[in-house]
Amino acid sequence: MLASKLVFALFLLSTVSAGSVMAAEPGSDRQKELVRLVRQDCGSCHGMTLQGGLGPALLPADLHDKPPEGLVATIYYGRPGTPMPPWKQFMSEAEAAWIVQKLMSGFPQ
Amino acid sequence: MRLVLGVLVALLLTACAGPQVRGTGDLGLVIERASGHVTLVDTSTRQPYARIGGLGDLSHASAVYSRDGRYAFIFGRDGGLTKIDLLEAKIVKRVMQSGNAIGGSISQDGRIVVAQNYTPGGIKAFDAATLELLSEVPAEYAPGKFSKVVGLADSGGNRFAYALFEGGEIWVTDFSNPKQPTTQRFPAGSQPYDGLVTPDGRYFLAGLFGEDGVAMLDLWQTEKGARKILEKYGRGEEKLPVFKMPHLRGWSVAQGKAYLPAIGRHEVLVVDVATWKEVSRIPVRGQPVFVMARPDGRQVWVNFAFPDNGKMDVIDTLAGKVVHAFEPGKGILHMEFTPRGENVWLSARDDHKVLIYDTKTFARVGEIAADNPSGIFFTTRAARIGF
Repeated sequence: MLASKLVFALFLLSTVSAGSVMAAEPGSDRQKELVRLVRQDCGSCHGMTLQGGLGPALLPADLHDKPPEGLVATIYYGRPGTPMPPWKQFMSEAEAAWIVQKLMSGFPQ
Repeated sequence: MRLVLGVLVALLLTACAGPQVRGTGDLGLVIERASGHVTLVDTSTRQPYARIGGLGDLSHASAVYSRDGRYAFIFGRDGGLTKIDLLEAKIVKRVMQSGNAIGGSISQDGRIVVAQNYTPGGIKAFDAATLELLSEVPAEYAPGKFSKVVGLADSGGNRFAYALFEGGEIWVTDFSNPKQPTTQRFPAGSQPYDGLVTPDGRYFLAGLFGEDGVAMLDLWQTEKGARKILEKYGRGEEKLPVFKMPHLRGWSVAQGKAYLPAIGRHEVLVVDVATWKEVSRIPVRGQPVFVMARPDGRQVWVNFAFPDNGKMDVIDTLAGKVVHAFEPGKGILHMEFTPRGENVWLSARDDHKVLIYDTKTFARVGEIAADNPSGIFFTTRAARIGF
């Protein structure tokens, strides 16, 4: 019984991470570009260490209770009425999802 | 023989005298944002002469100078406030003053250094000699609600003007009695993102992100309150996305006109400073970030937000248009003119270089290696209101 619950939970977890947030891994060169983009350019509002600035902090502790798909949409489409612009001309939705996944688990240097 | 002996003694004395006596008028510093270092530079030799580490997170760091031009006060993003001696090339004192800071200013009499903070929102005043905390003014614009502080600028009488991003207000705090400051509040508009004070210290302007327009307060007649200028400068036009907020400090007044970055438009706004009415707009190649006049006001140099941050446009204020457009390097974050403007120094973050240009011929005349350079600050700021 316990085992089946665990399996079900794992199934749910895998659907969430593979389904709603399609975090296909970008190639390693592209990953480096995205990491630099986040640290340097997102960093002009969110801070290079992502501890926040004019924009909110983006550390795992700040994001853990937020739905990942909402965060992906925020990156991709922006947030009208706030200074957050859409970044869709610079990345795919899958790359935005990869960024969210990395932000939530601790962003690479 | 006696002469030879005399010369020998003089040589010995020089050798023992320690650091050479020199002024600081041609010195400055470059922030190396990622590694917590500053490189100290000499604008006469166009060379670095020292490098100092241990300054913490310097993304978006800025510096102000003591009035003798010897000490720099550096405000780090992580809330660190560091006092540096440019002559002895060392840290004199360092304090952690907040969780998240965005810059600071120094008072007219040079005795008070004020830091502006995002977290917790507000300003803090420090003794410039010791960095001892004198007082603080939390930016509590409604009960229990604190705002990020932007655009802090010094003005006459040890007063400081600043704007509240969430609060939508301009505040003026008087530190005549540094331990018991008094504050006046003025409604400004939606989401002020940065501010500046005019070179005479009279007008404080706060750029608004949430609406087209700029809030202006006459610091000589604060009883008249803040009013809006350049209202609806983009009426009916779709705004372009802003991938980096413009900076207003280091702004430009030239030939009786102010040159300001438009928000969400690839334009520089030109305003008559007698009437504060828009007189023209100059198209440029991106969202302007810094719009800075050469000290004589003949040229205005403009850099841009991502993804156009490899470009620079130079406006000739006599012609009223861009006369030189070039791509000096990758990630041009900041610029600083030499005291009388014959050279401009540009930080090329992604090239890890500071590039030095002749402003008359536009030829590159030098470069300095630096690790992710951002802000460049020369000691001439020591004597300028609002810097």
